[in-house]
Amino acid sequence: MSRSRDEVVCSKSIPERMSGNEAVSYAVRQVNPDVMPAFPITPSTEIPQMVSSYIANGEIDTEFIPVESEHSAMSAAIGAEAAGARTMTATSSAGLALMWEELLLAASNRLPIVLTLVNRTLSGPININCDHSDGMGARDTGWIQIYSENNQEAYDNYIQAFPIAEDPRVHLPVMICQDGFITSHAVENIELLEDAPVKAFVGEYNPEEFLLNPGKPVSVGPYAVSAYSMEAKRAQEAAMERAGEVILEVAERFREMSGRSYGFFEEYRTEDAEYLMVIMGSAAGTAKAAVDMLREEGHKVGILKLRVFRPFPEKEIAEAIRRSGCKAVAIMDRCESYNGCSGPLGSEIPAALFRNKVMVETVNYIYGLAGRDFTVEHVQDVFAELEEVAQGNKEAPNHKYIGLRE
Amino acid sequence: MRTDITRINENSPYTDLTEGLQLYAGGTSRLFKTGEWRTNTPVLDDKCRQCLLCAPVCPDSSIPVKNGKRLDFDYDHCKGCGICAKACPFGAITMKEGIEA
Repeated sequence: MSRSRDEVVCSKSIPERMSGNEAVSYAVRQVNPDVMPAFPITPSTEIPQMVSSYIANGEIDTEFIPVESEHSAMSAAIGAEAAGARTMTATSSAGLALMWEELLLAASNRLPIVLTLVNRTLSGPININCDHSDGMGARDTGWIQIYSENNQEAYDNYIQAFPIAEDPRVHLPVMICQDGFITSHAVENIELLEDAPVKAFVGEYNPEEFLLNPGKPVSVGPYAVSAYSMEAKRAQEAAMERAGEVILEVAERFREMSGRSYGFFEEYRTEDAEYLMVIMGSAAGTAKAAVDMLREEGHKVGILKLRVFRPFPEKEIAEAIRRSGCKAVAIMDRCESYNGCSGPLGSEIPAALFRNKVMVETVNYIYGLAGRDFTVEHVQDVFAELEEVAQGNKEAPNHKYIGLRE
Repeated sequence: MRTDITRINENSPYTDLTEGLQLYAGGTSRLFKTGEWRTNTPVLDDKCRQCLLCAPVCPDSSIPVKNGKRLDFDYDHCKGCGICAKACPFGAITMKEGIEA
């Protein structure tokens, strides 16, 4: 029976203790996707492992395809989704890098695949710990990207991914990101939702056009001559532009079901902040703790935690920074861009500010690469430096590494 | 609503294209005249004994067979690869330079 996505069933909260990987796997059980091709890679391995257990125990009837590589995992996901099946996969780091070609195909063929990415650094040097170089490397592949601060957000974002991806205004794949080990393996408190409201929220997947549809043939991924390619790319970009409003609508329905609110970003104690920090992922939790301590000492500091990175909420970020009236912004990148001047957020946020005529001092910091600790003290140091820069006592450092031995 | 892909052409604005340029129809490759790419053209003469060794080796299915007999080439889709000429045991197919038969 197909359910209308407009009906929202309120859910009771079920208090539990889980790791981020457990939480996402629990959500997979509730969604019961049709197909999951996956290849194990640290630190996301537990997700296919736990989903396989749910399947083996007869709790869900997802078709699990054990493939020989991530290149095959995404290829199989594309085939399954094009055939008409709700499809997901999970990966990390080199696994996502190996999917790169197919990531672009999934997006350009407008297939609403959901990928849960457990962020891990890319080689080299080879290392298994968290940074955002895998997700950031895929930032121009046409996927919607949503980053999670903790296990709760990884769970909540995963459930919202399907209605966003499958909305006819969007039809784009969605990547739900959580920080490797820090979120994926640390066990924290979580409020789970009941099965029935989650199933009603996600609804049945009923694509209009799909390959295994007798009597209604369709060709997917045809060659396009130059006279069509540019138009196809622009149409894909238009879908990404429309995704913003859909993400907010889905978040509103999610709030009605769960009581938890989400937007493009979270503004934490920014209302009268003189100094802001823009940050993404688990480090936002550390930054909030530091902000609480600094606020008690009388420092007017706040956090803008970016949740939706693609589509990039350019106007909204610029407007939030304008509204705060802050004097300086620290832009935190858990990824090196190797462009000689800034990390990815360090490029995009100043561009957003400039285009929207918000002229405020920005300093770009690189932190936490390959699992390097990022502490409350680091956040305090960043705010202290911002204050000195804004007061003209110090020149703004360009593209500064935190916790680096120099 | 299925999009009638024959109504999409090189003047269509991007908003009128199908999602991911999907084609909501079957057998659409017939509409695309790949024979225009040809630089050599196979020509059949009366040495043909209708042995039909040429038809199955054609990579573009451009040798139609009807009632046990091959017909003339489908020049709309023949790319002029010359495999049929190599396969013919009777020398009934010659490759002529140019796109015209």
